[in-house]
Amino acid sequence: MSRHHVSTQVNGRVYEREVESRLLLSDFLRHELGLTGTHVGCEHGVCGACTVLLDGQPVRSCLLFAVQADGRQLATVEGLALSSEEMHPMQNAFRDAHALQCGFCTAGILMSMVTFLEENRDPTEAEVRSALSGNLCRCTGYQHIVDAVLLTAERMRKRSA
Amino acid sequence: MKPPPFEYLAPATLDEALELLAEKGGEAKVLAGGQSLVPVLNFRLAQPAFLVDINGLDELDYIEVEADGSLRIGAMTRQRRLELDPRIPLRAPLLAATMPLIAHPQIRNRGTVGGSLAHADPSGELPVAAVALDAEFVLRSHSRRGERVVPATDFFEGLMTTALAEDELLCECRVPAAPPGTGWAFREVARRHGDYAHAGLAARLTLADDGKIVSARLVYLSAGEVPMSAPRACAMLEGEEPSEGLFAEAASTAARDEIDPSDDIHATAAFKRHLAEALTRRALAIALDRARAA
Repeated sequence: MSRHHVSTQVNGRVYEREVESRLLLSDFLRHELGLTGTHVGCEHGVCGACTVLLDGQPVRSCLLFAVQADGRQLATVEGLALSSEEMHPMQNAFRDAHALQCGFCTAGILMSMVTFLEENRDPTEAEVRSALSGNLCRCTGYQHIVDAVLLTAERMRKRSA
Repeated sequence: MKPPPFEYLAPATLDEALELLAEKGGEAKVLAGGQSLVPVLNFRLAQPAFLVDINGLDELDYIEVEADGSLRIGAMTRQRRLELDPRIPLRAPLLAATMPLIAHPQIRNRGTVGGSLAHADPSGELPVAAVALDAEFVLRSHSRRGERVVPATDFFEGLMTTALAEDELLCECRVPAAPPGTGWAFREVARRHGDYAHAGLAARLTLADDGKIVSARLVYLSAGEVPMSAPRACAMLEGEEPSEGLFAEAASTAARDEIDPSDDIHATAAFKRHLAEALTRRALAIALDRARAA
């Protein structure tokens, strides 16, 4: 089968690899680049665990081929923290509000919700629930995730006020 | 699961893409947003020898408003872009209302207008909206067929089966401007926002100056093998004074006699008919209010 050269920027760092055409972006991130923060759940676009940012927009990495990321910019959960000392406000809020149990869905939820809050700085609870509909969590019952997203929004508004 | 092996081809222009389709024919699948095709590959429901990735075809990514108010939407326009375009609520409000119902933002960021139409899933919202809006699709190929324009109603031929020939590419969706006095509604019931809907419809009503209905469209999703129109119910509405009683009769005819839903693990066909009837009454009431305000 054909192999393709892929040069892609992930969290600001350039990676170059030769990949098989059928390699999913999710597997590329995990197995080729060792970035295992992105999780693989359903592999058909339903669960949202593998959500990453492609040129700033959340997408399912299990529904893209690695070869399609050539020349593009990706962001994964590994790049979310502001530094090795300081977590992203969303990550802190998830800890403070007890928004994760097993953590399998968390990376995808963080990547989806960070973009959501960029578009909507002051969401209602209903808007947060609707925005979360593309990410499945089987542990929490979502309540604490909703709380954490609202807490993040509140803290970020205060910080920028 | 993982997708089966395939040869990946990424044409840079429409011309190249059509050349590849002409060459590979039935052995190739077109990869647009991939939000339906990649799951199909991951499940190994399809094993095409070639994938023709048309994501590099910027020439198919556009939304144009014509002088007559009609829209021309390039096949590679991302669903999210159409959803957020401020011109759409004014020009094609039914289309604007349809977009947020399609799956989730993460899917719409990648999913394309042409991909959803060509995939022709009868539970998809875009095919239903396209039929309700009397949209037309521009299909191109390098064969003698050249370019042809196919009305949405003729395009959807069966379950995930369309008028597209193996060497043809759906390039553009044309949406005519709505006549004055037109109201619309899209209503669906899903277990969760973004899930496949149990039942749903796009409704359009156009009123004459005397307040009577001059034209009606009712098109249902998850109600058969294609977006299901309800011509008899619409004929009952046309030429009549709108009323709750009339809407109830039309809803009953459409839901009982014209759509053909099947049982699935989440809902029985009878329940889907029940939903379709209730949703039709509500959609018609909303469409009427909007038509009167228009």
